[in-house]
Amino acid sequence: MAKITYQHPDGTLTVVDVQAPDTVMRGAKLNNIDGIEAQCGGSAQCGTCHVYIDEASTVPLPPMDEVEDDVLYGTACPRRENSRLSCQLPVTDDLDGLLVHLPEAQS
Amino acid sequence: MAARSVAVIGAGQGGLETAAALRAKGFDGRITLVGEEPVPPYQRPPLSKGFLTGAVGHVDLTLRTESFFESQDIDLVTGDRVCRIDLFRSRVELASGGRLDYDRLVLATGSRPRVLPVPGANLDGVLTLRTLADAEELRALLDGPPRQVAVVGAGFVGLELASTARALGHEVTVVEAQPRVLARALTPQLSHWLADRHRQQGVRLLMSSEVAALSGSASGRVEGVLLRDGTRLPADLVVIGIGVLPRSELAADAGLLVGDGVLVDPWLRSSDRSVYAIGDCARFPGGGPGRHIRLESVQNASDQARCVATAICGGGAPYTAVPWFWSEQCALRLQMAGLTADHDETVTVGHPDEGRFSVLCYREGALVGVESVGRPADHGIARRLLTTGAWPSADEARTPGFTLKSFAVERPSEGLPTHA
Ligand SMILES: Cc1cc2nc3c(=O)[nH]c(=O)nc-3n(C[C@H](O)[C@H](O)[C@H](O)COP(=O)(O)OP(=O)(O)OC[C@H]3O[C@@H](n4cnc5c(N)ncnc54)[C@H](O)[C@@H]3O)c2cc1C
Ligand code: FES
Repeated sequence: MAKITYQHPDGTLTVVDVQAPDTVMRGAKLNNIDGIEAQCGGSAQCGTCHVYIDEASTVPLPPMDEVEDDVLYGTACPRRENSRLSCQLPVTDDLDGLLVHLPEAQS
Repeated sequence: MAARSVAVIGAGQGGLETAAALRAKGFDGRITLVGEEPVPPYQRPPLSKGFLTGAVGHVDLTLRTESFFESQDIDLVTGDRVCRIDLFRSRVELASGGRLDYDRLVLATGSRPRVLPVPGANLDGVLTLRTLADAEELRALLDGPPRQVAVVGAGFVGLELASTARALGHEVTVVEAQPRVLARALTPQLSHWLADRHRQQGVRLLMSSEVAALSGSASGRVEGVLLRDGTRLPADLVVIGIGVLPRSELAADAGLLVGDGVLVDPWLRSSDRSVYAIGDCARFPGGGPGRHIRLESVQNASDQARCVATAICGGGAPYTAVPWFWSEQCALRLQMAGLTADHDETVTVGHPDEGRFSVLCYREGALVGVESVGRPADHGIARRLLTTGAWPSADEARTPGFTLKSFAVERPSEGLPTHA
């Protein structure tokens, strides 16, 4: 289990416990966090689960594969260095304390 | 008057998203979500893909956990059907005998498979694929020794299923009345390319072929497919995938305007202003001036759900999202953005021989849609370009070495001149 913090564009924080094998995306959906759409249900097809990893984060994340990298070209809000698809981030104990910023729009 | 209670009919993709989005947007009245299926809301796309191979299990299908409905204070009623809408009293009646009063009603009843109108369509071993129950039955039949599978209809569901069944080692024949696969959905280029992939994988495709009858054993099990031209195909499993019909009978009985779907305005309101319709069952203004379309996709159901939730919360804007769709067949990622049906010009970029390319579709010089295979970046970029109108002209796209990626990187969407 890991505590994940989602920061909304207006600065508000939502902190939730997410359990393996859920992803950072599903953690948001199960807690009805507005700001993650995830239309394709986590199959790396839609790019509507885009998040920015907090720049000061030291939480170890799995590397990005080619498909994720490609999908991130089409996100509604501009891609940045710290962009990830939250459906490609499975939760492990290592992710405890992760802070992600939600973009202004997903579609 | 602000709405105090919302009833949603249909606990599928669109219905669930409506209920969830209402709460996420701060609606604090009563929300009741009524679904006829005995299970909580789940996603259908894996039913013709990973669910059949076992790669996707039941838990992965569910859209939300049961505790979600409790924590969000959404009354989820499963295994019950709305059998009547009383517009005059703003009330719906349930098959179980219950009643629900509403201030706003959302119809998210989806669609049902078209029935193949031939003798033998009721034999055992003849299935359609729409619900989890259908998929469970199919999965059990595919999880065993090789069968002779006939798929009637080369649409998305039929082809995905054909490819999955083939990969599981079954003998698969697809019978299609049109001369090419996915004739309504795809450009001829992509359609022919995809048909080749299916053949290479060992799927037999019979185009321009119509089914005359299904034949069965004395005990009523299907044994074969008889085609109009007299051909007999042996088959011990037949799956019918010849499209769907919108479930609009409730709306029609209530007196709402329907015509191949519940007719709605740009705000997705039906002919009764307190009743919205979304997803597979709704026909909304789109596809060009003065036209109405009905789309069957997760994107359409979820974006329309959010649009209606916003409207009920007191905001709201006309529905204008760029449609998109995905499919997985023959281990390929297929993605479509926009509406390509009446294009008059195409430009193919990338490498069809490597299974990585996109077909850009233009109508009267304007980009109307993009089909991509194995090019997720192209697809995402195409969705953006179709939204902003800042797309490349067909001539630009034809320049040697052109890629959507470099086009988008060189010309980030802010401050671009637009063609729209
Ligand atoms: C096998 C399969 C694969 C698919 N693959 C893809 C894909 O890869 N990509 C994609 O974008 N789309 C795909 N789709 C399409 C997508 O699933 C649908 O477009 C989407 O589910 C539509 O959502 P909806 O809410 O309109 O309808 P549904 O999700 O069908 O939900 C409607 C629900 O309403 C219930 N209902 C109907 N009438 C009543 C009533 N009177 N009372 C109570 N309940 C009622 C039904 O039982 C049903 O559960 C696929 C569909 C299928 C069947
Ligand atoms: S949920 Fe669609 S890409 Fe992550």
